[in-house]
Amino acid sequence: MDFTTQLIQQLINGVSLGSIYALIALGYTMVYGIIRLINFAHGDIYMLGAYVGYFATAVLKMSFLPALILAMVVAAVIGVAIERTAYKPLRHAPKIAVLITAIGVSLFLEYGGMLLVSPQPRTFPELFTTQIYNIGGVIVNSQQVVILVISLALMVLLTYIVQRTKTGKAMRAVSFDADAARLMGIDVDRIISITFAIGSGLAAAAGVLVGVYYNSIDPLMGIMPGLKAFVAAVLGGIGVIPGAMLGGVILGVIEALVSGFISSTFRDAAAFAILIIILLFRPSGILGKNVREKV
Amino acid sequence: MFTRTVSKMLVLILAVALVAGCGGGSQPKSDVIKMGANLEMTGGNATFGQSAANGAKLAIKEVNAKGGVLGKQLSLTIADNKSEAAEAANAMQKLITQDKVVAVIAPIASSSVMAGAQVNQDNKVLAISPTASNPKVTVDPATGKVRDFLFRAAFIDPFQGAVMANFAGTTLKAKTAALYIDNSSDYAKGLAQFFKETFIKNGGKIVSEEAYLQKDTDFKATLTKIKAQNPDVVFAPGYYQEVGMIVKQARELGLIVPFMGGDGWDSAKLPEIAGAQALNNTFFSNHYSPDDNSPAVKAFVEAYKKEYNQTPDAFAALSYDATMMVIEAMKRANSAEPVKIKDELAKTKDYAAVSGKISLNATHDPVKSAVIIEMKDGKQTFREKVNP
Repeated sequence: MDFTTQLIQQLINGVSLGSIYALIALGYTMVYGIIRLINFAHGDIYMLGAYVGYFATAVLKMSFLPALILAMVVAAVIGVAIERTAYKPLRHAPKIAVLITAIGVSLFLEYGGMLLVSPQPRTFPELFTTQIYNIGGVIVNSQQVVILVISLALMVLLTYIVQRTKTGKAMRAVSFDADAARLMGIDVDRIISITFAIGSGLAAAAGVLVGVYYNSIDPLMGIMPGLKAFVAAVLGGIGVIPGAMLGGVILGVIEALVSGFISSTFRDAAAFAILIIILLFRPSGILGKNVREKV
Repeated sequence: MFTRTVSKMLVLILAVALVAGCGGGSQPKSDVIKMGANLEMTGGNATFGQSAANGAKLAIKEVNAKGGVLGKQLSLTIADNKSEAAEAANAMQKLITQDKVVAVIAPIASSSVMAGAQVNQDNKVLAISPTASNPKVTVDPATGKVRDFLFRAAFIDPFQGAVMANFAGTTLKAKTAALYIDNSSDYAKGLAQFFKETFIKNGGKIVSEEAYLQKDTDFKATLTKIKAQNPDVVFAPGYYQEVGMIVKQARELGLIVPFMGGDGWDSAKLPEIAGAQALNNTFFSNHYSPDDNSPAVKAFVEAYKKEYNQTPDAFAALSYDATMMVIEAMKRANSAEPVKIKDELAKTKDYAAVSGKISLNATHDPVKSAVIIEMKDGKQTFREKVNP
């Protein structure tokens, strides 16, 4: 395999991994954008979505798309329930209290999941036959194409909701200034719930896609991708939706190139080194604008 | 009022009688020899612990059916260590001081055995682990001395690595190999190191050395790199969850060379994760194979199936062997005194166990054969037996 084919192969590997990060990062960034909360339980919603997808396909024998939609809906409901019970009562508490609660919710979901579904990894039934295309030595898997297409479709849908609908307008308003939005007659609590619902739904979609693609899910599967997606969100500019997409893809590609051309042992180090560098030199991220904190 | 007082007194008398009765029952001179098992009955390693408990129970049952040992019947007290090292130390304490067992089948996990090791040393009651493969279990790393009350029935990690290197060189005729190591596991790193040493000594070349962490899911970037190096085989010592994904993704990338590993691959989940087709042309070393045709294995598999209605895994076989080794030591010592059993157990030589002929060396590590399993259409098949 010559260098160019290897490079192209690694770029493909990176983009398919990056689109997963992007889907998870979107939820992080939306929640942060609206209530300034790093929702550490987000990676576990992704796990939850994967399990709903698993039970829908393995037990209820649903096909891929209905299972994906069911997982998104269930995760959205649970996301809202978590927001209502764990975060809403702390709306006026110091930020650190909410952050710690988020970590608590995360641990609750991880170890509650272990109790409920056992720590044994599970595998998805075969939902569609995988085609493998060999284009001049570069190998593309039909599942990679599915992941990319579904991720893109969801991102377009999200952009449409945020930019073109009334709810989206309200979301942007709340993100900009929650108090002013409330004075304009926007039901802020409802908008926050919707944000959690959409973010959780996207994470669940990523969970199902990963479950089908890698074919192994377990209750702790959300920890690492959750952290990586957080890095992606910060990299792109936390709170900025296109930033999350860009950050996810860039992170995926960097990881693939580092493991492919430097060393696999440096891969995670590279991901978190990026986080540190971004925070040092451009804390608002690639697409973020520098806004002065109001005191 | 009167009746209530009487009944209260009656209860008191009964209670006293009960306590006295209990005291009388646990005299050291009984006709039962008590053995203990400190196993992972619940928690993350529960499936392993339960298999091991079944193996030990079967051994005791068989011996009792033949009249027991030294004219006495054997009993087995099982204590659950919940797959946690701290609990393992407690369970060891309970078995030895409260239940007064003469020997203990120790936990599956090396870390749990080591947590209870001091209890064994202090109370002078031996523990034998069916599977703990870390060299530090029987040799105290702080002093470099052998822990004289600690034993094991499984071969240690270095041996597996060497076996697979020899298999790659002689049977698969591999000249070059790539290593893909689970960097979060001492077990995997140990196997890889000894594979590398033996493979190079046999004239082979390691073309690439890569690593991953547990819970990783995407291995394609590294596998693309390994593929570009064109190795004859890939040695991936790790556990089945990640290995399953690695083999699946390697085959998708068109990396079709043989993959090899150690006993961490031994799980029914492996073919589910990787897919039966992808696993063809993969091999791993293990302690025993139920498909082995030796009479000892056949008899064991048959008895186990009759008792539990399932095929015994390596944990069950090794635990059966460990229990039998202790019972044999009792017979040779002609005594059920813990220290005498320990002395005889250390002298075990050429004992024909289910998992091969076992001799213990100076560090209480068994010198025994390993089997190599080949995956064929999702099924484990017995490939060959490798003697030390």
